[in-house]
Amino acid sequence: MLELLRQPWPWYIAGPLIGLTVPALLLIGNKALGISSSLRHVCAACVPAGIPFLTYNWRAEIWNLWFVLGIGLGGYVGYQLLGHPDTIAISAETVRDLKAQMGLTDFSGLLPKELFALENLANWKGWVFLVLGGFLVGFGTRYAGGCTSGHAISGLSNLQWVSLVAVIAFFVGGLLMTWVFYPMLF
Amino acid sequence: MKNLKYLVLGVLFGIILTKSEVISWWRIQEMFRFQAFHMYGVIGSAILVGMISIQLIKRNHLKTINGEEIKLADKKYNHGTWIGGTIFGLGWALTGACPGPLFAQLGSGVASAAVLILAALAGTWTYSALRERLPM
Repeated sequence: MLELLRQPWPWYIAGPLIGLTVPALLLIGNKALGISSSLRHVCAACVPAGIPFLTYNWRAEIWNLWFVLGIGLGGYVGYQLLGHPDTIAISAETVRDLKAQMGLTDFSGLLPKELFALENLANWKGWVFLVLGGFLVGFGTRYAGGCTSGHAISGLSNLQWVSLVAVIAFFVGGLLMTWVFYPMLF
Repeated sequence: MKNLKYLVLGVLFGIILTKSEVISWWRIQEMFRFQAFHMYGVIGSAILVGMISIQLIKRNHLKTINGEEIKLADKKYNHGTWIGGTIFGLGWALTGACPGPLFAQLGSGVASAAVLILAALAGTWTYSALRERLPM
């Protein structure tokens, strides 16, 4: 059993478990699954700066910050304690394309060190991938009113057409970056 | 400690995200290049199970463990839904992570996740400051 837990989990185990988080949060506290809101609560708690959108009782939403703290701890348990492969078994086509198109050579770890190593902040790559990328995630999710959890999982589960628009837009953005902007950058 | 249950559920959620590798930039690239079913399987089956669960909750008028009526707010449309959604999508393909996975990456020991989270906070803060001047 433990050996099975230590292996990477297939989609048909992980997906349904992620889906069950939606009713679990509703049943234990009437909360809707959503993670990007935590970024707003942290801004409201730390640097409200008199901005109306950041002036609200964030303490009433503190459950969300506990949940996010849990996700961080879960990352530690899932990766460091339960173990992980050195290299993620992605498809051979993706490896081939990333080598040919982006010049990547080191496929170990959760993300490419050649793009995300902190030393990269000394050149354009670090600023694009670490700073611009993170900024767009924080800006876009709040502007859209949710992220993959709030719109794709929670919103679509509740048959919200607004969430369908959002998820299509997430993919439009992701496909534009992968197929149009990446080839311009590399 | 009424928040302990959220912490525990968060830990489980973080373990699932990590063990299924959806917190990995490689998996997100594979998804946007349509070269594997993994991410589509995870997201699709999560939505399916969530959908069935919500239907069961609604049809059986289930209550929370504290006996409250379960309320599900409707999401409201504005132009931010697609403009912001596209902006997030661009960032998702760059960072290979949406907000949940960023926190799981940090916990797993990826130092760059700290920079990504700070940048994401800066993005949310900037949106908040500009909000009234953005198309809605």
